[in-house]
Amino acid sequence: MKHESIETNAGLLIVLTLIVISIGGLVEIVPLYFIDSTIEEVKVDNKETIRPYSALELRGRDIYQREGCYTCHSQMIRPFRDEALRYGHYSLAAESKFDHPFQWGSKRTGPDLARVGKKYSNEWHVQHLIAPRSVVKESIMPNYPWLMEPLKYKDIADRMRALKMVGVPYSETTAEYEANVKRFGEEIAKKLNILHAEKNLIAQAKTGNYDGNADDITEMDAMVAYLQMLGTMVDFSKFDEGHFADFR
Amino acid sequence: MVASSAPVEQYNYDIVRKFTIMALVWGVLGMLAGVYIASELAFPFLNFDIAQITFGRLRPVHTTLVIFGFGGSALFATSYYVVQRTCQTRLFSDGAANFTFWGWNLSVGLAAISYMMGYTQAREYAEMVWPIDLLIAVTWVVYLVIYVMTLRRRSQPHIYVANWFFIAFILATALLHIFNNMAVPVHMFSLSSYSLHAGVQDAMTQWWYGHNAVGFFLTAAFLGMMYYFIPKQVGRPVYSYRLSIIHFWALIFLYMWVGGHHLHWTALPDWTSTLAAGFSILLLMPSWGGMINGIMTLSGAWDKLRTDPIIRFMVVSLSFYGMSTFEGPLMSLKSVNALSHYTDWTIGHVHSGALGWVAMISFGSFYHLIPRLWETKMYSEKLIFTHFWLATIGIVLYISALWVAGIGQGLLLRAFDEYGNLAYTFIETVSFLHQPYVIRAIGGGLFLLGTILMGYNTLMTIRKAKKERTEIEAKIAAKLANA
Repeated sequence: MKHESIETNAGLLIVLTLIVISIGGLVEIVPLYFIDSTIEEVKVDNKETIRPYSALELRGRDIYQREGCYTCHSQMIRPFRDEALRYGHYSLAAESKFDHPFQWGSKRTGPDLARVGKKYSNEWHVQHLIAPRSVVKESIMPNYPWLMEPLKYKDIADRMRALKMVGVPYSETTAEYEANVKRFGEEIAKKLNILHAEKNLIAQAKTGNYDGNADDITEMDAMVAYLQMLGTMVDFSKFDEGHFADFR
Repeated sequence: MVASSAPVEQYNYDIVRKFTIMALVWGVLGMLAGVYIASELAFPFLNFDIAQITFGRLRPVHTTLVIFGFGGSALFATSYYVVQRTCQTRLFSDGAANFTFWGWNLSVGLAAISYMMGYTQAREYAEMVWPIDLLIAVTWVVYLVIYVMTLRRRSQPHIYVANWFFIAFILATALLHIFNNMAVPVHMFSLSSYSLHAGVQDAMTQWWYGHNAVGFFLTAAFLGMMYYFIPKQVGRPVYSYRLSIIHFWALIFLYMWVGGHHLHWTALPDWTSTLAAGFSILLLMPSWGGMINGIMTLSGAWDKLRTDPIIRFMVVSLSFYGMSTFEGPLMSLKSVNALSHYTDWTIGHVHSGALGWVAMISFGSFYHLIPRLWETKMYSEKLIFTHFWLATIGIVLYISALWVAGIGQGLLLRAFDEYGNLAYTFIETVSFLHQPYVIRAIGGGLFLLGTILMGYNTLMTIRKAKKERTEIEAKIAAKLANA
């Protein structure tokens, strides 16, 4: 076939172009849904330790996105010696399997946050978010004083339902709840119950008291709850060295 | 359009004029946002504790306004112009064309405002919330219909090469936009949504989209621009027709594979990112195929470099295209990427493509186009020369500063002391970045200044055209009165 026949036929040009541009995505993306080793299995005592976010953490994650934290912070530790020393064990695919959308980031203007959870105290986080340069003199991060404002959480059940639709195992029916008990254990299954979402959110904010103020539920509560959870779901001491390398 | 100057316009230039003006408006605003956020990195007090202008919210405003506002409007303008001229037919449906104008500009404007208000999908270059995504999808389908219907009305048997690139860009952008933005809204009246994909699959989909925003939006389409405006400006035919065929098919095939190189050493499986790296290296060939075809078309008209500022813009744009499409495959090598990823080297690379190639070829094309659209000469050729130098010096400062910043930070972060401990804390590398950040902001500022000059030059040209037209009309009226 001469190229002239394509150049003189708009329909043919369009069809051939569509075929040519579809192949790359089909070969590289579609198999990621079907190859089992893409996402590691992380089980301790036959229970999955990587769980969906609690109601409060989920709102924190929403705020993390709203403020564009991903434009300066990654959540993806690479398997290098310097990153292991600085941030900890390299990130697993499983650790972001409930992330809609993923927040791996592409730029580290600030440090990686994939394992920032439990590294600093709640007080440090609150102080750092309100006025970063008061704790790290050379920091170039903006101040976020407005995080001390009240948290909006009336639509938390809707949010969890939307996430359920895209595949996150939050439960609404008794059967779904029981399935979660089997999968994650009872304590976690309770946190994933959409029917108790608001109650759970308030309880976590009050008992956690992340913002140092037990009376109000602020955006800071949600944000710090989210940050303190990041990277804490896998206890690497429970796995043989090299266990996760088999998935790579 | 004043009816008396031409009874019925053969071509729909009105839509081209409107998109040209909006390209310059978004260009100035988007680059202003860019210079501002660059300055925030150098001087964080500029965040002023105002949520709407913090770096995190303003950065998507910058990328959206320059890519979709400036770049997108430039592509609408030039593609509508090129398809009419090369098919020798009027654009299909004035109403539909106007719909794309309002749909597109509304999307860009609403996107910028919504990010500042904190509404975002938090996916790079696809931050628009779902209602805006829908508006873009509808606008884009209408664009495709207009383009195809106009091609079908052509009075030439052949579809000119520039149109292949434009059509591939329109099709690919539709495909990418739809699959990357699939999401479930929180409820009907909420702007929030959660993406259909998660984690590793989401990352791959996003970078399949993200890199092809570069490959099709910022490259294939601008090659379409190059294939029309460079031969026109130098008055020579395209150097090799065969080369344009080969590099067209190779480019659109290969680009779709390379997004995974943004995810080297991450939790993305090795096979995917290795495949992406391999195709990234292959991509050097069709990229340079286009660059060589452009340069060789210009060759033979080198003498015009001294007198024609438009050709200067075109030569520099092709040089930067060649440079950044060499740098890209280099950075997609896993060993180089281990150093460059997460650093400012990536930002510098993007800007050598976006400022050096995309913006420079657009400026050159616009300086060719504007006098023809308003039927006059540019108000000032001297200002075009000034713009050229401001832009070129600005880019050079910008990318050299970020080479220093990116490679420097990458080396500091992986340095160990004699006991095997990390030699530097993260914050020490942030301090190191201050000086390069200041120089980068200055470079960006010079580039912005050039664009503002172009806006002024264009405004004065339009005014001049209006004045000339009224003068001619007055003369004709006087003659008619005397007769």
